[in-house]
Amino acid sequence: MSAARVPVIELKAVEKSFGAVEVLSGVNFVAMAGEVTALVGDNGAGKSTLIKGIAGVQSYDSGTILFEGKEVSIKSPVDASSLGIEVVYQDLALCDNLDIVQNMFLGREMVRSISLDDETMEQKAASTLKGLSVRTISSVRQKVSSLSGGQRQTVAIARSVLWENKLVILDEPTAALGVSQTKQVLKMVRDLADTGVAVILISHNMQEVLAVADSVQILRLGQMVANLKASETNLHSIVSYITGAESLSINGEAAL
Amino acid sequence: MSEELSFKEEGKVFFNNIRHGRMGALPAIIGFFVLVVLFSFLSPVFFTSLNFANLLQQSAPLIILAMGLVFILLVAEIDLSAGVTSGLVSAIFVVTLKNLGIPWWLAVMLALLVGVGIGLVIGIMVSKVGIPSFVVTLAAFLAFQGLQLMVIGQGGLYRIESPEILSLENGNLSVAFGWALAVFLVGFVLLSGLISRKRRRKNGHANRTISVLYFQVAMTALVVFSSVYFLSLHRGSNPEVQIQGVPVAVLVVLVVLIPSSYLLNRTPFGIHVYAVGGNPEGARRAGINVGKLRIIIFMIGSGLASISGLMAASRVGTVDASAGRTVVLSGVAAAVVGGVSLFGGRGRLTDAVIGGLVIAVIDNGLGLLSLPSGLNLAVTGAVLLMAATADALSRKHGTLTGR
Repeated sequence: MSAARVPVIELKAVEKSFGAVEVLSGVNFVAMAGEVTALVGDNGAGKSTLIKGIAGVQSYDSGTILFEGKEVSIKSPVDASSLGIEVVYQDLALCDNLDIVQNMFLGREMVRSISLDDETMEQKAASTLKGLSVRTISSVRQKVSSLSGGQRQTVAIARSVLWENKLVILDEPTAALGVSQTKQVLKMVRDLADTGVAVILISHNMQEVLAVADSVQILRLGQMVANLKASETNLHSIVSYITGAESLSINGEAAL
Repeated sequence: MSEELSFKEEGKVFFNNIRHGRMGALPAIIGFFVLVVLFSFLSPVFFTSLNFANLLQQSAPLIILAMGLVFILLVAEIDLSAGVTSGLVSAIFVVTLKNLGIPWWLAVMLALLVGVGIGLVIGIMVSKVGIPSFVVTLAAFLAFQGLQLMVIGQGGLYRIESPEILSLENGNLSVAFGWALAVFLVGFVLLSGLISRKRRRKNGHANRTISVLYFQVAMTALVVFSSVYFLSLHRGSNPEVQIQGVPVAVLVVLVVLIPSSYLLNRTPFGIHVYAVGGNPEGARRAGINVGKLRIIIFMIGSGLASISGLMAASRVGTVDASAGRTVVLSGVAAAVVGGVSLFGGRGRLTDAVIGGLVIAVIDNGLGLLSLPSGLNLAVTGAVLLMAATADALSRKHGTLTGR
């Protein structure tokens, strides 16, 4: 990681409270282009809250967001997507009553004169899925309600690939998947980063994190306790930071 | 890409959908035909050209009201005040027409503007203030009845003196126009189907087997041509007076239905409506302005209720302080009977047409049998409950199978 490179996103001292509960207390966070940045931490550590601020779903109380070095304010999902930020949520945020094409283009439908350009959208959706070597989906005109968990996840990730994004955030993409589907999704994640996109991966599975991530940033009780290189750390060390066994160490050269 | 299914396999998919409770408007269509056959046996007057035209005119205000409700139900909201909005708007229309001395079309514009304005207020209350639509429209339901009384005046009764408005529910199209309309409708179904197939083939997408399209066209042609033929027969009791042709009310319904269906099926707005009904949070995260969309939906709903109010006024020929009271919740009933889900995200505008026809047929048929007047409300209630049961069960089935 050369020092001259500007991170795609950089958070400085962001804070967020819900009433008396301080969920994020002065968190710094960085994600670089072409890298998978894993964001890990126990339940309630503040991962989701951190991500929601970047996604424009729920803004921070204070702190600075730098996008490609420039200070930005992200007040709504529209702000986020116009910057090129795409989030794939754990609960997927797909609409069951719509088909795959409609879901992939939701909010950004293609229009020819005054009506929907269904043919072009269908073609793009199909070729995106094909590009991700998805073979389990027979028709892109299927309703999402008829898909399995893995297929839904694939559609959700394909949605983020379809739009040439600069930053893709994946919230536990493999939590509900079987072994082979997990493998396929992780390969998608790596491929996505290799195209030059900054990928933030939230996961509870440390093996998975170590396998696919370039850097690991660890949240504990609303504070960033470590920023490690995946190649220079190990499972035991990460778990110690998560549980608090390891002492506070930012930019943790002090790994075990 | 999926392989093309044969006609037989398409049939299998169709029955499979029914078995899994995804029936759409099918129960209502079957119900409609069963009721028509039943009443034809019970009453000699029912299956006549005169009564058929009458039935269509009777159902038109209800269908338009129900189309407004389809929009609202699709985003999983409710409008209890649609019926009284239609009454209030018709009252404002007659009073302005009579007292301000303005031309009829200006009075119509003014009335519709009030209607859309009502929707705007309801929409803001629901989506910006955050009051459940049930409560907002219940308040409107009460308040508008009072407003209507104030507009009309105690015991007031206004006669509609605009022949243009009266012809909406009492006029007939010429026989030639009726046939032209029929040819246009059938041709439209056939051509739009063929064009879409051609475009899909050009882009290398799979098409459904052509027999499905032919089947659709044949069914449309059968219904449309036989209806127009029937309506083109002389139906006056006095041989001196020629009464024949498709009622103007049918044209009004089509003029509302076609652009609204286009809006719902072929534009991003339409997809957003279904998305908000299916998963509001998902829609929001996809960047859809859910609040604004809800407001627009209530404006469309109240706007259509206003058109329905003008149609109802045209049918009766007068407006009094209780106009609109008879259709209070029939709009909701018609939409739900037609197969629109009360839980949002599922339903079409044509469901409102079918549901409206079913409710009108119950009203019309039981009326002809001169049974106690309470019976038709009780039957309508029972039909609504059956439709809502089907909706709830199909949803429950969906959750159980994780779909």
